[in-house]
Amino acid sequence: MTTVDASVRAGIGTSPRRPDGTLKVKGEFAFSSDLWHEDMLWGATLRSPYPRARIRGIDLTAALALPGVHAVLTQRDVPGAKRYGLEIVDQPVLAIDEVRYQGEPVAIVAADHPETARRAAGHIAVDYLELPPVTDPEAGELLRRVPVRTGDPHATADVVVTGEYQVGMQDQAFLGPESGLAVPAEDGGVDLYVATQWLHVDRKQVAACLGLPEEKVRLSLAGVGGAFGAREDLSMQVHASLLALHTRRPVKMVYGREESFYGHVHRHPATLRYEHGATRAGDLVYVRARIVLDGGAYASSSTAVAANAATLGVGPYEVPNVDMEASVYYTNNPPCGAMRGFGAVQACFAYESQMDKLAAALGMTPVEVRIRNAMTAGSRMPTGQVVDGPAPVAALLARVRARPAPPPSTLDSRELPGGVSNTTHGEGVVRGVGYAIGIKNVAFSEGFDDYSTARVRLELIAGEPAVLVHTAAAEVGQGLVTVQAQIARTELGVERVTVATADTSVGSAGSSSASRQTYVTGGAVRAACQAVRATLLARVGGADLMGDKIVNAAGMVVADLAEALGDGPVEETVRWRHRPTYPIDPETGQGDAHVQYAFAAHRATVDVDVELGLVKVVEIATAQDVGKAVNPLAVVGQIQGGTAQGLGLALMEEVQVVDGVVRNPSFTDYLIPTILDVPPMAVDVLEMADPHAPYGLRGVGEPPTISSTPAIVAAVRAATGKALGRVPIRPEHITA
Amino acid sequence: MRVNCTVNGEKRQADDVWPGESLLYVLRERLGLPGSKNACEQGECGSCTVYLDGTPVCSCLVAAGQAEGRDVVTVEGLEFGRVQEAFLEAGAVQCGFCTPGLVVAVHDLLARNDKPSDPDIREALAGNLCRCTGYEKILDAVRLAAR
Repeated sequence: MTTVDASVRAGIGTSPRRPDGTLKVKGEFAFSSDLWHEDMLWGATLRSPYPRARIRGIDLTAALALPGVHAVLTQRDVPGAKRYGLEIVDQPVLAIDEVRYQGEPVAIVAADHPETARRAAGHIAVDYLELPPVTDPEAGELLRRVPVRTGDPHATADVVVTGEYQVGMQDQAFLGPESGLAVPAEDGGVDLYVATQWLHVDRKQVAACLGLPEEKVRLSLAGVGGAFGAREDLSMQVHASLLALHTRRPVKMVYGREESFYGHVHRHPATLRYEHGATRAGDLVYVRARIVLDGGAYASSSTAVAANAATLGVGPYEVPNVDMEASVYYTNNPPCGAMRGFGAVQACFAYESQMDKLAAALGMTPVEVRIRNAMTAGSRMPTGQVVDGPAPVAALLARVRARPAPPPSTLDSRELPGGVSNTTHGEGVVRGVGYAIGIKNVAFSEGFDDYSTARVRLELIAGEPAVLVHTAAAEVGQGLVTVQAQIARTELGVERVTVATADTSVGSAGSSSASRQTYVTGGAVRAACQAVRATLLARVGGADLMGDKIVNAAGMVVADLAEALGDGPVEETVRWRHRPTYPIDPETGQGDAHVQYAFAAHRATVDVDVELGLVKVVEIATAQDVGKAVNPLAVVGQIQGGTAQGLGLALMEEVQVVDGVVRNPSFTDYLIPTILDVPPMAVDVLEMADPHAPYGLRGVGEPPTISSTPAIVAAVRAATGKALGRVPIRPEHITA
Repeated sequence: MRVNCTVNGEKRQADDVWPGESLLYVLRERLGLPGSKNACEQGECGSCTVYLDGTPVCSCLVAAGQAEGRDVVTVEGLEFGRVQEAFLEAGAVQCGFCTPGLVVAVHDLLARNDKPSDPDIREALAGNLCRCTGYEKILDAVRLAAR
């Protein structure tokens, strides 16, 4: 048996400073939009102004004639696969004879100045024949329907509540725009420096489109300015590479903010129709639900989003009879895909709104009805999967309920609805409190081979033991670089740890999504460290590593660590998997689809100016079970950041699409919460170890985004008495 | 056109500047100072905040020619001190894209008001968007730096 050295400084359970933090505060961290190369050109993209049109012809003459233009390319110039996609290969690299959404790339340009490239794109003459767009998902082509059925489909109950809910299209709104640099290589391949969530899935798609073997497409992670799901799909990767290979010059592409709104997928808008039945005592008897998701023009990760909505669609409750269906459709609206919470967000808004309705019908409090029906360890999901780790649903609700209420607001206008607009001095302001809890699966589901690879090297540098950790896992801001080093310190007892830049010279780490990286890449780093330790011990006939001493089975020191490394470094590469998941039955949704479940509960307190419909969130309290807080400061950071994104969906964030056209593609018109909008956020972190996970940890990133939205809406309902079946809430929904 | 200005205490000159370029573009692409960030290029996010003659501005909204003969200080030109330390210590940095603009904005706030209340901090930073942190750790950082 080996011991883990818990005493090493800056190991797991501590909050060492981020290794990239100093560069970031000094403005010296190289983000993907900061890259520069001698002799580089700038790329630009011509996008469709129409949500649906046939392309009758493209004339490049005027664009090519502009001084400074080096290439103008269309789909004819794509040497390999003309389409790509995460799950279904359906999205053209550049439009082929038709466009299916506003903003679809049609042609690309390389020029010696970004403005020249943009102007050249404007000189491309495209002859479009506009066609009527399909904008109602239920009139669109079905992409996937996921039924989940258990128990009696015709069950009846004494108390029945129904509701129809709508969720608007949310944008991830990361701050660092899509960008990167493609450098043509002497071997005919390309070196691509890019901000992404998953280097290897990018490489696979880019290589296929370029018609190159994967080894000739080498990706390195450039600094990532946030992700939140929006970097799962390709954006400029193939385009920049095509231009670089065509011009034999390095090509940089940087989207502006407006282009960024067209350059990535959004959260699926949803319509959710629910019926809950319960006994008079308050026990849930059945849930029947139909969820309709607008997938937009291309599949992206829609099929998995629908599966999440369906399998998690009744929430963290025990429900004996479930008849659930989530369906996602193709339309000519912007493509939708991954965003933090991934299908669970939409469902949670509906089922938590229903739980409040049920509480009101039963004469119970919102927390009482939730605790009464809360799932626990050993509960069975509607898919039949047994929740075999801790499920402290009742405890999380009790935690947020027990927090002291925030004090009444002062009459400082900065603390009132409307803020410094000075719209009230307190008159017409009503306080409300709301609760919600959500459930999220961690890591990839439905039988996906979801692994990560870590290479760990232990060696002497200047006579001191040092560790190099190399994975392809994308640091997107969450703090994965810190966590990888913490794990190596804990496992090897060596303080000096460097995490190498993520690139494709090591095996895939899987995606920085689904709250999975600390679990899966963390698991891989731990496993690789354990392999290094075993090799090292075998080298000197030791049984254990105790600090900087190697001891035998009797506890006698057989070598110093430095001595043992004198024969050379020890390096091991390990591909690590979480336990397997399984597909769900296409008719019944039955199956052990998910790896792990995670839970967060919120209590929101709001002040509403009921005359003007303005909402000031006064406080949000969160309780979340994280299994093990590997880095407590980063855990709280994830919880607060995620909670704020849920606040945005509740009150302000929506990509407004009219007849397939985006009306607000800017930060002037698409509003994300500012520091004036986000209230103090108290956080309770529970650490109930999951016996199946490394260190007992549980994915952290997504759960806080899921339940903050319904908690805030519940609080606004409590203040106003309005039904509020749609998010984001607009002032006119309150004053109507 | 040619633009001359003082950047971080040094006389700098940028040649062949297209008149439509912003100060942000000139700093990032012509003067080798990419610390000021390009998140919205519309004056909404504050990521490109620099001092222009001592006043914080969104450098994306300043035409390159407007900087002629003036004094510019970017995040790279600030002395590493209590503000940057506090951001690291408080966990106020995640992806870091908003950080340079916030560091400049907080530097300016504390120069004007060395004991800001929470509402003062919120008002002063209302023009700086952050998508990762939910702002709590940024407030912590400012409180820490002001201590």
